[in-house]
Amino acid sequence: MNIFDIIGPVMVGPSSSHTAGACKIGYVSRKLMAQPIVKAEIFLHGSFLLTGKGHGTNLALVAGLLGMKPDDKRIPYSFEQAKKEGMDFSFGEVDLKDVHPNSVLLKLTGEDGRYLEIVGESVGGSVINIASINGQAANFSGDYPTLIIQNRDLPGLVANVTSELAKRTINIATMKLNRSTRGENAVMIIECDHEVWDAAIKWLKELEGVISVTYYSLEN
Amino acid sequence: MSFSTLKEVLEYSEAKKVPFWEAIILDDMRERGVTRGESFETMRGMYQAMRMADEDYEADLRSASGMVGGDGAKLEAFSQKENRLVGDFLTSVMEKAVKMGESNACMKRIVAAPTAGSCGVIPAVLLSYAEKREVSEEKMVEALFVAAGIGEVIATSASISGAEGGCQAEIGSASAMAAGAVTYLEGGDNEAIVHAAALALKNMLGLTCDPVGGLVEVPCIKRNVSGAVNAVISSQMAMAGIRSAIVPDEVIDSMRRIGKLLPSCLRETSQEGLAITPSAQQVTKKLAQKS
Repeated sequence: MNIFDIIGPVMVGPSSSHTAGACKIGYVSRKLMAQPIVKAEIFLHGSFLLTGKGHGTNLALVAGLLGMKPDDKRIPYSFEQAKKEGMDFSFGEVDLKDVHPNSVLLKLTGEDGRYLEIVGESVGGSVINIASINGQAANFSGDYPTLIIQNRDLPGLVANVTSELAKRTINIATMKLNRSTRGENAVMIIECDHEVWDAAIKWLKELEGVISVTYYSLEN
Repeated sequence: MSFSTLKEVLEYSEAKKVPFWEAIILDDMRERGVTRGESFETMRGMYQAMRMADEDYEADLRSASGMVGGDGAKLEAFSQKENRLVGDFLTSVMEKAVKMGESNACMKRIVAAPTAGSCGVIPAVLLSYAEKREVSEEKMVEALFVAAGIGEVIATSASISGAEGGCQAEIGSASAMAAGAVTYLEGGDNEAIVHAAALALKNMLGLTCDPVGGLVEVPCIKRNVSGAVNAVISSQMAMAGIRSAIVPDEVIDSMRRIGKLLPSCLRETSQEGLAITPSAQQVTKKLAQKS
Protein backbone atom coordinates (compact mmCIF):
# COMPACT_ATOMS: atom_id res chain seq x y z
CA MET A 1 0.00 0.00 0.00
CA ASN A 2 1.18 3.54 -0.72
CA ILE A 3 -0.31 7.02 -0.20
CA PHE A 4 -2.06 6.90 -3.57
CA ASP A 5 -4.07 3.92 -2.38
CA ILE A 6 -5.26 6.29 0.36
CA ILE A 7 -5.82 9.43 -1.75
CA GLY A 8 -6.90 7.67 -4.90
CA PRO A 9 -7.49 5.95 -7.13
CA VAL A 10 -9.41 8.21 -9.45
CA MET A 11 -12.32 5.98 -10.41
CA VAL A 12 -15.87 5.84 -11.63
CA GLY A 13 -18.16 5.05 -8.69
CA PRO A 14 -19.87 3.81 -6.72
CA SER A 15 -17.73 1.01 -5.29
CA SER A 16 -14.00 0.37 -5.38
CA SER A 17 -14.54 -3.40 -5.18
CA HIS A 18 -17.77 -3.80 -7.17
CA THR A 19 -17.13 -1.13 -9.82
CA ALA A 20 -13.43 -0.26 -10.08
CA GLY A 21 -12.27 -3.80 -9.24
CA ALA A 22 -14.77 -5.34 -11.65
CA CYS A 23 -13.60 -3.03 -14.42
CA LYS A 24 -9.98 -3.94 -13.72
CA ILE A 25 -10.73 -7.67 -13.94
CA GLY A 26 -12.26 -7.02 -17.36
CA TYR A 27 -9.35 -4.82 -18.39
CA VAL A 28 -6.67 -7.34 -17.40
CA SER A 29 -8.63 -10.08 -19.19
CA ARG A 30 -8.78 -7.99 -22.35
CA LYS A 31 -4.99 -7.52 -22.13
CA LEU A 32 -4.46 -11.25 -21.66
CA MET A 33 -6.56 -11.90 -24.76
CA ALA A 34 -4.27 -9.52 -26.68
CA GLN A 35 -6.92 -8.95 -29.35
CA PRO A 36 -10.47 -7.57 -29.48
CA ILE A 37 -13.03 -9.78 -27.79
CA VAL A 38 -16.04 -10.70 -29.93
CA LYS A 39 -17.94 -12.78 -27.42
CA ALA A 40 -18.01 -12.52 -23.62
CA GLU A 41 -20.02 -14.84 -21.42
CA ILE A 42 -19.97 -13.37 -17.94
CA PHE A 43 -20.94 -15.43 -14.89
CA LEU A 44 -21.32 -13.62 -11.58
CA HIS A 45 -20.61 -15.21 -8.22
CA GLY A 46 -21.50 -14.28 -4.63
CA SER A 47 -21.75 -10.60 -3.81
CA PHE A 48 -21.10 -9.66 -7.45
CA LEU A 49 -24.30 -11.54 -8.25
CA LEU A 50 -26.32 -10.26 -5.28
CA THR A 51 -25.48 -6.56 -5.24
CA GLY A 52 -23.69 -6.15 -8.56
CA LYS A 53 -26.49 -4.43 -10.40
CA GLY A 54 -26.81 -1.57 -7.93
CA HIS A 55 -23.04 -1.07 -8.12
CA GLY A 56 -22.81 -1.10 -11.90
CA THR A 57 -20.69 -4.27 -11.75
CA ASN A 58 -22.16 -5.45 -15.07
CA LEU A 59 -21.38 -2.18 -16.82
CA ALA A 60 -17.89 -2.10 -15.32
CA LEU A 61 -17.02 -5.65 -16.40
CA VAL A 62 -18.13 -4.99 -19.98
CA ALA A 63 -16.24 -1.68 -19.97
CA GLY A 64 -13.07 -3.44 -18.86
CA LEU A 65 -13.45 -6.12 -21.51
CA LEU A 66 -13.60 -3.30 -24.08
CA GLY A 67 -10.27 -2.02 -22.74
CA MET A 68 -11.59 0.78 -20.53
CA LYS A 69 -9.75 1.51 -17.28
CA PRO A 70 -11.53 2.11 -13.94
CA ASP A 71 -11.39 5.90 -14.36
CA ASP A 72 -12.99 5.88 -17.83
CA LYS A 73 -16.04 8.14 -17.89
CA ARG A 74 -17.66 5.94 -20.55
CA ILE A 75 -18.15 3.05 -18.08
CA PRO A 76 -21.88 3.82 -17.49
CA TYR A 77 -22.43 3.57 -21.26
CA SER A 78 -20.36 0.45 -21.87
CA PHE A 79 -23.28 -1.67 -23.14
CA GLU A 80 -23.87 0.76 -26.02
CA GLN A 81 -20.13 0.85 -26.70
CA ALA A 82 -19.98 -2.95 -26.84
CA LYS A 83 -22.68 -2.94 -29.50
CA LYS A 84 -20.75 -0.37 -31.50
CA GLU A 85 -17.55 -2.39 -31.28
CA GLY A 86 -19.27 -5.68 -32.04
CA MET A 87 -18.68 -7.43 -28.73
CA ASP A 88 -21.50 -9.84 -27.86
CA PHE A 89 -21.99 -10.24 -24.14
CA SER A 90 -24.29 -12.14 -21.82
CA PHE A 91 -24.67 -12.53 -18.07
CA GLY A 92 -25.27 -15.65 -16.03
CA GLU A 93 -24.90 -16.99 -12.51
CA VAL A 94 -22.30 -19.37 -11.16
CA ASP A 95 -21.26 -20.86 -7.83
CA LEU A 96 -17.46 -20.99 -7.90
CA LYS A 97 -17.10 -22.52 -4.41
CA ASP A 98 -13.76 -21.55 -2.87
CA VAL A 99 -13.28 -18.03 -4.15
CA HIS A 100 -13.65 -14.50 -2.81
CA PRO A 101 -17.32 -13.36 -2.57
CA ASN A 102 -16.67 -10.74 -5.25
CA SER A 103 -15.82 -13.04 -8.13
CA VAL A 104 -16.60 -13.55 -11.78
CA LEU A 105 -16.01 -16.27 -14.34
CA LEU A 106 -15.34 -14.95 -17.83
CA LYS A 107 -15.60 -17.12 -20.96
CA LEU A 108 -14.06 -15.05 -23.70
CA THR A 109 -13.62 -15.52 -27.42
CA GLY A 110 -11.21 -13.32 -29.34
CA GLU A 111 -11.37 -12.05 -32.90
CA ASP A 112 -9.24 -14.90 -34.28
CA GLY A 113 -11.05 -17.55 -32.22
CA ARG A 114 -8.72 -17.61 -29.22
CA TYR A 115 -10.67 -18.82 -26.19
CA LEU A 116 -9.91 -17.93 -22.56
CA GLU A 117 -11.65 -18.83 -19.32
CA ILE A 118 -10.68 -16.50 -16.52
CA VAL A 119 -11.75 -16.36 -12.88
CA GLY A 120 -11.19 -12.92 -11.36
CA GLU A 121 -11.67 -11.84 -7.76
CA SER A 122 -12.07 -8.29 -6.48
CA VAL A 123 -10.41 -8.59 -3.11
CA GLY A 124 -10.87 -5.12 -1.59
CA GLY A 125 -10.18 -1.52 -2.45
CA SER A 126 -9.76 -1.79 -6.17
CA VAL A 127 -7.23 -4.60 -5.77
CA ILE A 128 -7.93 -7.69 -7.83
CA ASN A 129 -6.62 -11.20 -8.20
CA ILE A 130 -6.72 -13.19 -11.41
CA ALA A 131 -7.35 -16.53 -9.73
CA SER A 132 -7.17 -18.84 -12.72
CA ILE A 133 -6.75 -18.94 -16.47
CA ASN A 134 -8.21 -21.87 -18.40
CA GLY A 135 -8.63 -23.82 -15.19
CA GLN A 136 -4.99 -23.40 -14.14
CA ALA A 137 -4.32 -21.50 -10.89
CA ALA A 138 -2.77 -18.10 -11.69
CA ASN A 139 -3.05 -15.62 -8.79
CA PHE A 140 -1.64 -12.29 -9.89
CA SER A 141 -2.82 -8.73 -9.34
CA GLY A 142 -2.40 -6.96 -12.66
CA ASP A 143 -0.33 -4.31 -10.90
CA TYR A 144 2.94 -5.56 -12.42
CA PRO A 145 3.99 -6.64 -15.89
CA THR A 146 3.27 -10.37 -15.65
CA LEU A 147 4.46 -13.44 -17.51
CA ILE A 148 2.23 -16.51 -17.52
CA ILE A 149 4.30 -19.42 -18.76
CA GLN A 150 2.65 -22.77 -19.33
CA ASN A 151 5.30 -25.42 -19.38
CA ARG A 152 6.11 -29.07 -18.94
CA ASP A 153 7.30 -29.85 -15.41
CA LEU A 154 10.99 -30.38 -16.29
CA PRO A 155 14.01 -30.01 -13.98
CA GLY A 156 15.99 -26.82 -14.61
CA LEU A 157 13.32 -25.02 -16.57
CA VAL A 158 12.63 -22.50 -13.80
CA ALA A 159 16.36 -21.73 -13.57
CA ASN A 160 16.56 -21.21 -17.35
CA VAL A 161 13.65 -18.80 -17.34
CA THR A 162 14.87 -16.74 -14.39
CA SER A 163 18.43 -16.53 -15.62
CA GLU A 164 17.20 -15.30 -19.00
CA LEU A 165 15.23 -12.55 -17.23
CA ALA A 166 18.26 -11.73 -15.09
CA LYS A 167 20.46 -11.44 -18.19
CA ARG A 168 18.06 -8.82 -19.49
CA THR A 169 18.15 -7.04 -16.12
CA ILE A 170 14.47 -7.64 -15.50
CA ASN A 171 13.89 -7.87 -11.78
CA ILE A 172 11.30 -10.36 -10.53
CA ALA A 173 8.84 -8.97 -7.96
CA THR A 174 7.02 -12.22 -7.21
CA MET A 175 7.05 -15.69 -8.67
CA LYS A 176 4.67 -18.61 -8.25
CA LEU A 177 4.81 -22.15 -9.52
CA ASN A 178 1.77 -24.35 -9.90
CA ARG A 179 1.43 -27.80 -11.34
CA SER A 180 -1.36 -30.34 -11.50
CA THR A 181 0.70 -33.56 -11.36
CA ARG A 182 4.42 -34.18 -11.03
CA GLY A 183 6.14 -34.30 -14.41
CA GLU A 184 3.12 -33.00 -16.30
CA ASN A 185 1.91 -29.48 -17.10
CA ALA A 186 2.89 -26.62 -14.84
CA VAL A 187 2.43 -22.85 -14.82
CA MET A 188 4.89 -20.15 -13.80
CA ILE A 189 3.46 -16.78 -12.87
CA ILE A 190 6.15 -14.13 -12.80
CA GLU A 191 5.39 -10.55 -11.77
CA CYS A 192 8.22 -8.26 -12.88
CA ASP A 193 9.35 -4.80 -11.82
CA HIS A 194 9.86 -3.75 -15.45
CA GLU A 195 8.25 -4.41 -18.80
CA VAL A 196 9.58 -7.56 -20.45
CA TRP A 197 11.12 -7.00 -23.88
CA ASP A 198 9.61 -8.67 -26.93
CA ALA A 199 12.92 -10.42 -27.59
CA ALA A 200 12.84 -12.03 -24.16
CA ILE A 201 9.28 -13.22 -24.66
CA LYS A 202 10.23 -14.67 -28.04
CA TRP A 203 13.18 -16.48 -26.46
CA LEU A 204 11.00 -17.83 -23.67
CA LYS A 205 8.50 -19.17 -26.20
CA GLU A 206 11.26 -21.13 -27.95
CA LEU A 207 12.65 -22.62 -24.77
CA GLU A 208 12.38 -26.40 -24.54
CA GLY A 209 9.52 -27.44 -22.32
CA VAL A 210 7.60 -24.17 -22.69
CA ILE A 211 4.12 -24.69 -24.09
CA SER A 212 2.85 -21.13 -24.18
CA VAL A 213 3.74 -17.66 -22.94
CA THR A 214 1.10 -15.05 -22.21
CA TYR A 215 2.30 -11.59 -21.31
CA TYR A 216 0.35 -8.94 -19.44
CA SER A 217 1.87 -5.53 -20.02
CA LEU A 218 1.05 -2.32 -18.15
CA GLU A 219 1.67 -0.34 -21.33
CA ASN A 220 -1.18 0.50 -23.66
CA MET B 1 5.32 2.28 4.44
CA SER B 2 7.56 3.25 7.27
CA PHE B 3 5.06 5.18 9.44
CA SER B 4 2.69 3.06 11.45
CA THR B 5 1.99 5.69 14.12
CA LEU B 6 1.43 9.44 14.10
CA LYS B 7 4.14 9.68 16.73
CA GLU B 8 6.66 8.33 14.23
CA VAL B 9 5.63 10.94 11.67
CA LEU B 10 6.08 13.69 14.24
CA GLU B 11 9.46 12.38 15.39
CA TYR B 12 10.69 12.08 11.81
CA SER B 13 9.41 15.54 10.99
CA GLU B 14 11.20 16.97 14.00
CA ALA B 15 14.45 15.10 13.39
CA LYS B 16 14.61 16.17 9.74
CA LYS B 17 13.25 19.65 10.48
CA VAL B 18 10.58 19.30 7.79
CA PRO B 19 6.83 19.96 7.98
CA PHE B 20 4.34 17.08 8.36
CA TRP B 21 3.48 16.97 4.66
CA GLU B 22 7.12 16.78 3.68
CA ALA B 23 7.71 13.79 5.95
CA ILE B 24 4.98 12.06 3.96
CA ILE B 25 6.32 12.98 0.51
CA LEU B 26 9.85 11.92 1.50
CA ASP B 27 8.45 8.60 2.62
CA ASP B 28 6.57 8.17 -0.65
CA MET B 29 9.70 8.95 -2.68
CA ARG B 30 11.59 6.26 -0.81
CA GLU B 31 8.74 3.78 -0.82
CA ARG B 32 7.92 3.94 -4.54
CA GLY B 33 11.33 5.00 -5.84
CA VAL B 34 9.99 8.21 -7.39
CA THR B 35 11.27 11.79 -7.46
CA ARG B 36 9.78 14.57 -5.38
CA GLY B 37 8.36 16.10 -8.55
CA GLU B 38 6.68 12.87 -9.61
CA SER B 39 5.10 12.35 -6.22
CA PHE B 40 3.94 15.96 -5.99
CA GLU B 41 2.46 15.96 -9.49
CA THR B 42 0.60 12.70 -8.85
CA MET B 43 -0.97 14.31 -5.79
CA ARG B 44 -1.74 17.45 -7.78
CA GLY B 45 -3.57 15.17 -10.22
CA MET B 46 -5.69 13.88 -7.34
CA TYR B 47 -6.52 17.43 -6.25
CA GLN B 48 -7.48 18.44 -9.77
CA ALA B 49 -9.58 15.29 -10.19
CA MET B 50 -11.45 16.20 -6.98
CA ARG B 51 -12.09 19.69 -8.33
CA MET B 52 -13.32 18.37 -11.65
CA ALA B 53 -15.59 15.86 -9.93
CA ASP B 54 -17.10 18.68 -7.87
CA GLU B 55 -17.71 20.79 -10.98
CA ASP B 56 -19.13 17.82 -12.90
CA TYR B 57 -22.04 17.27 -10.51
CA GLU B 58 -25.30 16.64 -12.36
CA ALA B 59 -28.50 17.42 -10.47
CA ASP B 60 -30.68 15.25 -12.75
CA LEU B 61 -28.81 12.00 -12.20
CA ARG B 62 -30.34 9.24 -10.08
CA SER B 63 -28.56 6.11 -8.84
CA ALA B 64 -29.36 2.67 -10.22
CA SER B 65 -31.59 1.99 -7.23
CA GLY B 66 -33.40 5.28 -7.64
CA MET B 67 -32.82 6.07 -3.95
CA VAL B 68 -30.42 8.98 -4.34
CA GLY B 69 -29.67 11.99 -6.51
CA GLY B 70 -30.58 15.66 -6.60
CA ASP B 71 -30.00 16.47 -2.92
CA GLY B 72 -26.85 18.42 -3.76
CA ALA B 73 -28.95 20.74 -5.88
CA LYS B 74 -31.38 21.22 -2.99
CA LEU B 75 -28.54 22.30 -0.72
CA GLU B 76 -27.17 24.56 -3.43
CA ALA B 77 -30.54 26.28 -3.79
CA PHE B 78 -30.87 26.57 -0.02
CA SER B 79 -27.42 28.14 0.23
CA GLN B 80 -28.88 31.22 -1.51
CA LYS B 81 -31.46 31.62 1.22
CA GLU B 82 -30.90 34.50 3.56
CA ASN B 83 -31.19 33.92 7.26
CA ARG B 84 -30.30 30.24 7.09
CA LEU B 85 -28.97 28.87 10.35
CA VAL B 86 -25.61 27.51 9.14
CA GLY B 87 -22.89 29.92 8.02
CA ASP B 88 -21.37 30.19 4.54
CA PHE B 89 -18.37 27.95 4.99
CA LEU B 90 -20.16 24.97 6.52
CA THR B 91 -23.02 25.44 4.07
CA SER B 92 -20.54 25.00 1.24
CA VAL B 93 -18.94 22.00 2.97
CA MET B 94 -22.34 20.32 3.31
CA GLU B 95 -23.28 20.96 -0.31
CA LYS B 96 -20.02 19.66 -1.74
CA ALA B 97 -20.07 16.54 0.45
CA VAL B 98 -23.55 15.54 -0.74
CA LYS B 99 -22.74 16.33 -4.35
CA MET B 100 -19.62 14.15 -4.37
CA GLY B 101 -21.40 11.28 -2.63
CA GLU B 102 -24.23 11.47 -5.14
CA SER B 103 -21.85 11.66 -8.07
CA ASN B 104 -20.20 8.50 -6.82
CA ALA B 105 -23.52 6.68 -6.44
CA CYS B 106 -24.47 7.78 -9.97
CA MET B 107 -21.32 6.34 -11.56
CA LYS B 108 -19.49 9.61 -12.09
CA ARG B 109 -15.70 9.86 -11.76
CA ILE B 110 -14.49 10.58 -8.21
CA VAL B 111 -11.33 10.18 -6.14
CA ALA B 112 -11.48 7.47 -3.46
CA ALA B 113 -10.30 9.23 -0.28
CA PRO B 114 -9.72 6.90 1.41
CA THR B 115 -12.64 4.92 -0.10
CA ALA B 116 -15.28 5.56 -2.73
CA GLY B 117 -18.01 5.55 -0.08
CA SER B 118 -16.25 8.31 1.84
CA CYS B 119 -15.10 10.24 -1.24
CA GLY B 120 -17.02 13.40 -0.34
CA VAL B 121 -15.43 14.27 3.00
CA ILE B 122 -11.96 15.52 2.06
CA PRO B 123 -12.88 17.43 -1.12
CA ALA B 124 -15.87 19.03 0.62
CA VAL B 125 -13.59 20.52 3.24
CA LEU B 126 -10.60 21.34 1.04
CA LEU B 127 -12.45 22.73 -1.99
CA SER B 128 -14.64 24.89 0.24
CA TYR B 129 -11.46 26.10 1.93
CA ALA B 130 -9.85 26.99 -1.39
CA GLU B 131 -12.94 29.06 -2.27
CA LYS B 132 -12.89 30.89 1.05
CA ARG B 133 -9.20 31.67 1.49
CA GLU B 134 -6.52 32.98 -0.84
CA VAL B 135 -4.38 29.89 -1.10
CA SER B 136 -2.13 28.46 -3.80
CA GLU B 137 -2.80 25.11 -5.44
CA GLU B 138 0.60 23.93 -4.16
CA LYS B 139 -0.50 24.53 -0.59
CA MET B 140 -3.71 22.57 -1.21
CA VAL B 141 -1.65 19.69 -2.59
CA GLU B 142 0.53 19.81 0.54
CA ALA B 143 -2.65 19.53 2.62
CA LEU B 144 -3.54 16.38 0.67
CA PHE B 145 -0.18 14.90 1.66
CA VAL B 146 -1.08 15.61 5.29
CA ALA B 147 -4.42 13.84 4.79
CA ALA B 148 -2.70 10.92 3.05
CA GLY B 149 -0.17 10.55 5.86
CA ILE B 150 -2.88 10.38 8.51
CA GLY B 151 -4.87 7.96 6.35
CA GLU B 152 -1.90 5.72 5.80
CA VAL B 153 -1.17 5.48 9.51
CA ILE B 154 -4.83 4.58 10.15
CA ALA B 155 -4.84 2.02 7.32
CA THR B 156 -1.63 0.44 8.60
CA SER B 157 -2.46 0.28 12.28
CA ALA B 158 -6.26 0.00 12.13
CA SER B 159 -8.37 -0.13 8.96
CA ILE B 160 -10.01 2.00 6.29
CA SER B 161 -12.46 -0.68 5.19
CA GLY B 162 -16.12 -0.73 6.21
CA ALA B 163 -16.17 -4.50 5.88
CA GLU B 164 -13.36 -4.71 8.43
CA GLY B 165 -14.04 -1.87 10.82
CA GLY B 166 -17.48 -0.44 10.06
CA CYS B 167 -18.23 3.12 8.96
CA GLN B 168 -15.90 4.56 11.61
CA ALA B 169 -13.07 3.12 9.48
CA GLU B 170 -14.31 4.84 6.30
CA ILE B 171 -16.07 8.11 7.14
CA GLY B 172 -14.23 8.25 10.47
CA SER B 173 -10.85 7.97 8.78
CA ALA B 174 -11.81 10.44 6.05
CA SER B 175 -12.93 12.89 8.72
CA ALA B 176 -9.67 12.54 10.65
CA MET B 177 -7.68 13.04 7.44
CA ALA B 178 -9.67 16.13 6.47
CA ALA B 179 -9.37 17.55 9.99
CA GLY B 180 -5.58 17.23 9.91
CA ALA B 181 -5.37 18.69 6.40
CA VAL B 182 -7.45 21.78 7.12
CA THR B 183 -5.59 22.34 10.38
CA TYR B 184 -2.36 22.40 8.39
CA LEU B 185 -3.90 24.95 6.01
CA GLU B 186 -4.95 27.12 8.93
CA GLY B 187 -1.36 27.22 10.15
CA GLY B 188 -1.67 24.62 12.88
CA ASP B 189 1.56 22.94 13.97
CA ASN B 190 2.20 19.19 13.94
CA GLU B 191 0.63 18.70 17.32
CA ALA B 192 -2.50 20.59 16.35
CA ILE B 193 -2.71 18.49 13.15
CA VAL B 194 -2.66 15.12 14.92
CA HIS B 195 -4.97 16.30 17.69
CA ALA B 196 -7.50 17.61 15.17
CA ALA B 197 -7.39 14.16 13.55
CA ALA B 198 -7.82 12.46 16.92
CA LEU B 199 -10.74 14.70 17.93
CA ALA B 200 -12.45 13.99 14.62
CA LEU B 201 -11.95 10.24 14.83
CA LYS B 202 -13.15 10.10 18.42
CA ASN B 203 -16.46 11.62 17.36
CA MET B 204 -16.95 8.86 14.84
CA LEU B 205 -16.01 5.83 16.95
CA GLY B 206 -18.51 2.99 16.87
CA LEU B 207 -20.20 3.96 13.61
CA THR B 208 -21.55 0.86 11.91
CA CYS B 209 -21.67 0.04 8.22
CA ASP B 210 -25.27 -1.02 7.49
CA PRO B 211 -26.02 0.17 3.97
CA VAL B 212 -29.44 -0.39 2.45
CA GLY B 213 -29.28 -3.06 -0.24
CA GLY B 214 -25.51 -3.25 0.13
CA LEU B 215 -25.29 -0.09 -1.96
CA VAL B 216 -23.03 2.92 -1.39
CA GLU B 217 -26.04 5.21 -0.99
CA VAL B 218 -28.00 5.09 2.29
CA PRO B 219 -26.73 6.16 4.81
CA CYS B 220 -23.32 6.70 3.19
CA ILE B 221 -23.95 9.90 1.26
CA LYS B 222 -25.36 11.97 4.10
CA ARG B 223 -22.74 10.56 6.42
CA ASN B 224 -20.16 12.21 4.19
CA VAL B 225 -21.76 15.48 5.30
CA SER B 226 -21.42 14.68 8.99
CA GLY B 227 -17.83 13.48 8.46
CA ALA B 228 -16.92 16.69 6.63
CA VAL B 229 -18.58 19.03 9.12
CA ASN B 230 -17.05 17.05 11.97
CA ALA B 231 -13.61 17.58 10.41
CA VAL B 232 -14.10 21.34 10.42
CA ILE B 233 -15.31 21.59 14.02
CA SER B 234 -12.53 19.25 15.19
CA SER B 235 -9.97 21.42 13.44
CA GLN B 236 -11.38 24.56 15.01
CA MET B 237 -11.17 22.94 18.45
CA ALA B 238 -7.53 22.04 17.81
CA MET B 239 -6.75 25.53 16.50
CA ALA B 240 -8.28 26.96 19.68
CA GLY B 241 -5.73 24.95 21.63
CA ILE B 242 -7.99 22.10 22.70
CA ARG B 243 -6.17 18.77 22.84
CA SER B 244 -7.54 15.25 22.77
CA ALA B 245 -7.33 13.80 26.28
CA ILE B 246 -6.55 10.47 24.63
CA VAL B 247 -3.22 10.32 22.77
CA PRO B 248 -3.99 10.36 18.99
CA ASP B 249 -2.38 6.96 18.30
CA GLU B 250 -4.43 5.47 21.13
CA VAL B 251 -7.60 6.81 19.50
CA ILE B 252 -6.63 5.04 16.29
CA ASP B 253 -5.98 1.84 18.20
CA SER B 254 -9.37 2.16 19.89
CA MET B 255 -10.98 2.41 16.46
CA ARG B 256 -9.19 -0.81 15.48
CA ARG B 257 -10.37 -2.67 18.60
CA ILE B 258 -13.93 -1.40 18.31
CA GLY B 259 -13.95 -2.49 14.66
CA LYS B 260 -12.88 -5.98 15.66
CA LEU B 261 -15.68 -6.11 18.25
CA LEU B 262 -18.37 -5.05 15.78
CA PRO B 263 -20.38 -8.10 14.76
CA SER B 264 -20.14 -8.95 11.08
CA CYS B 265 -23.85 -8.09 10.61
CA LEU B 266 -22.84 -4.44 11.07
CA ARG B 267 -19.82 -4.53 8.79
CA GLU B 268 -21.02 -4.02 5.23
CA THR B 269 -23.12 -7.19 5.09
CA SER B 270 -26.48 -5.38 5.24
CA GLN B 271 -27.83 -7.91 7.72
CA GLU B 272 -28.68 -5.51 10.55
CA GLY B 273 -29.26 -1.88 11.47
CA LEU B 274 -30.75 0.43 8.85
CA ALA B 275 -30.39 -2.24 6.20
CA ILE B 276 -33.16 -4.45 7.59
CA THR B 277 -35.74 -1.78 8.43
CA PRO B 278 -39.14 -1.99 6.69
CA SER B 279 -38.21 1.05 4.59
CA ALA B 280 -35.01 -0.64 3.48
CA GLN B 281 -36.83 -3.86 2.69
CA GLN B 282 -39.22 -1.98 0.42
CA VAL B 283 -36.28 -0.57 -1.52
CA THR B 284 -34.50 -3.90 -1.83
CA LYS B 285 -37.71 -5.60 -2.95
CA LYS B 286 -38.11 -3.06 -5.73
CA LEU B 287 -34.46 -3.51 -6.68
CA ALA B 288 -34.91 -7.28 -6.95
CA GLN B 289 -37.92 -6.81 -9.21
CA LYS B 290 -35.91 -4.51 -11.48
CA SER B 291 -33.22 -7.10 -12.12
